[in-house]
Amino acid sequence: MIDHAWLPVLVVLSSLLPGLVIFFLAESRIRLRTTLNLIGAVAKLTLIGLMLWGVLNDHEYVFRHTVLPGLDLVLKADALALLFVALSAVLWLFTTLYAIGYLEGAPHRSRFFGFFSLCVTATVGVAMAGNLFTFFLFYELLTLATYPLVVHRGTDKALRVGHVYLAYTLGGGALLLIGTVWLYGLAGQVDFVPGGSLAALPPETAGQLQLIFLLLVAGVGVKAALVPLHGWLPLAMVAPAPVSALLHAVAVVKAGAFGIVRIVYEVYGVEFAQSLALLLPLAIAAAITIVWGSLRALFQDDLKKRLAYSTVSQVSYIALGVALFGPLGTIGGLVHLVHQGIMKITLFFCAGNYAETLGTHKVSEMDGVGRRMPWTSAAFTLGAFGMIGVPPLAGFISKWYLGLGALEAGMPWVLAVLAASSLLNAAYFLPILQRIWFRPTPDAWPAEHIPQRGGWETAPLLLLPPVATAAATLLVGLFAVSPFSPLDWVKLIADREYLQWTP
Amino acid sequence: MTDFLDPLPWLIVLPLVWGTLAFVLGPGRGGRLAIAAIALQCALALQLAGQLLGNGVRIYAIGDWGAPLGIDLMADGLAAVMLLLTQFVALPLAVYARGYFAAQAKGISQFWPITGYLLAALNALFLSADLFNIYVTLELLGLAAVGLVAIAGGKPPVIAAMRYLLATLLGSGAYLLGVALLYGTYGSVSLSVLMPLITNEAPPAVLLAAALMLLGLLLKTALFPFHFWLPPAHGGAPAPVSALLSALVIKASFYLVLRLWLDLFAPLTTVAAAQLLGALGAAAILWGSVLALLQSRLKMLVAYSTVAQIGYLFLLFPLVTLSPPGAAESALQGGVMQAVAHGLAKAAMFAAAGSMIVATGRDDIARLGGVGARLPLTLFSFGLAGVTLMGLPPSAGFSAKWLLLMAALESGQWWWVAVMIAGGLLTAAYVFKVLRRAFLPVEAGDSVTRVPRSLEFSAFALALASILLGLFGAPLLELLMAGAAA
Repeated sequence: MIDHAWLPVLVVLSSLLPGLVIFFLAESRIRLRTTLNLIGAVAKLTLIGLMLWGVLNDHEYVFRHTVLPGLDLVLKADALALLFVALSAVLWLFTTLYAIGYLEGAPHRSRFFGFFSLCVTATVGVAMAGNLFTFFLFYELLTLATYPLVVHRGTDKALRVGHVYLAYTLGGGALLLIGTVWLYGLAGQVDFVPGGSLAALPPETAGQLQLIFLLLVAGVGVKAALVPLHGWLPLAMVAPAPVSALLHAVAVVKAGAFGIVRIVYEVYGVEFAQSLALLLPLAIAAAITIVWGSLRALFQDDLKKRLAYSTVSQVSYIALGVALFGPLGTIGGLVHLVHQGIMKITLFFCAGNYAETLGTHKVSEMDGVGRRMPWTSAAFTLGAFGMIGVPPLAGFISKWYLGLGALEAGMPWVLAVLAASSLLNAAYFLPILQRIWFRPTPDAWPAEHIPQRGGWETAPLLLLPPVATAAATLLVGLFAVSPFSPLDWVKLIADREYLQWTP
Repeated sequence: MTDFLDPLPWLIVLPLVWGTLAFVLGPGRGGRLAIAAIALQCALALQLAGQLLGNGVRIYAIGDWGAPLGIDLMADGLAAVMLLLTQFVALPLAVYARGYFAAQAKGISQFWPITGYLLAALNALFLSADLFNIYVTLELLGLAAVGLVAIAGGKPPVIAAMRYLLATLLGSGAYLLGVALLYGTYGSVSLSVLMPLITNEAPPAVLLAAALMLLGLLLKTALFPFHFWLPPAHGGAPAPVSALLSALVIKASFYLVLRLWLDLFAPLTTVAAAQLLGALGAAAILWGSVLALLQSRLKMLVAYSTVAQIGYLFLLFPLVTLSPPGAAESALQGGVMQAVAHGLAKAAMFAAAGSMIVATGRDDIARLGGVGARLPLTLFSFGLAGVTLMGLPPSAGFSAKWLLLMAALESGQWWWVAVMIAGGLLTAAYVFKVLRRAFLPVEAGDSVTRVPRSLEFSAFALALASILLGLFGAPLLELLMAGAAA
């Protein structure tokens, strides 16, 4: 039996080691590379399963290593960490399968999968970081690991976007570093603990703490694509589809959103943050982002770009939920962390399928694709309905709890934001669905890459992942109240964050 | 512990011996001998570190004469850290140099002897306990370094070497003048004798001496605005030489500045002088980084990066001088950690850059396409070294920056925070300028050949060390403070 403290480390290593080995594999060793990837993914899932069981029984897995005096590297698997880790690990498995199909025959695959594994390593590290320093470490690693993926194609456009991406994310990292150093100077080592630990500081530090909050949230807000720090995200869609899927669903934007969760709940403590009057500005920023992202999405003809602006909008639901003072808002925000991931990865997989199979990149070219690719289109439809918030899909559960949370927090204006956003979601998704299903199919697809073969509308490895995640969109909504659903787990977390409350 | 080989004298004697033997044996066997001997030096430096951690400062009287008549060698925590850095950077670089020079006929015959003297001078400098000995080692170090720059022959390296020679002679001349003034005032050059004599009521001659000595050393360290000689010398020399110079040689004069500032001239230091040093450091960081960004030749970019990274070292002076004790300690640790981090990372970066230049056949950032595909390990090493220079975690560069940032905030000098953050972002800009090129496919008409494995792996070892030290750096800091506590 392994020492429990090492479990979080093993989870990190389960993708780090395969990634490092893959870097040095020759391009032609496809089978070995695939095996390594899958062994890593499955090992990670197994370890996470073990820890889920333990955390449910009130265990906590903490690994601590002192880097410098007063500076510890802490990996901690608590309920909140596991929510994100489990999401990353499951979606990583799907995305890896998808990427194997997507990149078949493409150059530089060893490099791609190496950085892909590093990217997931950084994501689970962000999830399990036990203090701000560790969070910062993996947050920066994530920047470094995703950059080569964004510029993977090596075109001039990709390199230019890569520049923008680096400028935004490294700038955000710098803000986060300043905030972290300042806070460590003020309060010593700040571990993430339920309820936060800063309330004990003397009241005259309140002004500094507000400023630090601004720095920290701006630092993570870059990756969470809070307006006006969102500029990189719509550009980053030049990356290959599996990268976009991972970036939008789990890795980068979620790392930012998750950072906001940790900072509000476990550094400041939600009650202390409320008393410092920090939550209302955050809620307003999130609300603006939600509406602005949806508005911009309306006018994009490029499918991936429309989805990217939709991400800008949807990820801020998480920040909004965090900013709603009260457990119901917390539940809505946190559960959306999972739900948005499942729905958005489905949509990006489908967008990738359209592009790879038919050469269709624009909304205006999608007339009648439903006949040609019924399964992909069905998955896309489920994802889109989920985003709009049609019951009983995943997105509905999120919006329902966010709405309840808004009322509980005494902020009814948030309901108007939610309603407006849902209308806008419908306004930019329904026309796509109308084109897919109700417009006549053209006689031929001019840029068709993958012909229809033996009942498969596209390559099997491209088709199965989106179908599976679309099914998950339906299932997590339908069975939201059953044990082990994301909602159930999130209620457990909310229970631990708000000390005097039972779900 | 001191039964077989006492590290204090042997760290100096050993490189002198193998340097001389290499002259006789020729490059082939001389190189092998050098690698074996440097490995032994590594063991000696580790042994010394162990002794210090156990018993504090060590003093060794050559021939049992003792000061003031004879020559003393002294090792404290700071000296031990620098000795460790020197030997452990020299070892992979020696392996690298063997592979690097194997391909070229020119210059190799002098490389090993001069390197032996260079290492002997460095080790002697770190161990010297009197100002005159330090002068001798400084001069030997400077001449050896100039010799290495000129080793490749040809017009530009010789011009760069002459410029370097001028700077280094001017620097040691100023230093010697200062030593003479001190000797005239107090009649001694021993550090331990002078230390209690110099107080804040010292005569003007002593102030002048201090100013001359520090100025001379700043010139040798290439602190902005005295950096003019560094880029052509470091950028023009063969890669193993550039690595030795950037990683180690400039650290020697920095070490002396630190030692004089903290010990000998501590009563004379003023806040204004400290802020001035910090301001020059800040200017070096910004100016060096911007110039690095503008270079089109790879080695010049790395050389200007050295100009910038030297700046971080000098931020420690305002932080040490104007801080509460806790913050001063963390500033000192941060500064020394930065010296070590930069030593490892810059050696790795020059080594990796050298491999890329060998592989592409030209020193041109715009033509690096294909390097990523053909030399992945080298590019990875360059990237890891870049991470350390940017100061991203987990790396020794981050540990250094963290300690300096903490000291800056605790002493309320937030402006250095802004400088360090801006420097980190600029560093990222020039490191990625290289990395993004290397990811591109090879251009038509160019070709990328493979390089010997020893080149790739030695650079990787250095880069990896600079990262791992970030995770396991606590013992090094303990060693550093071992002398200070005694």
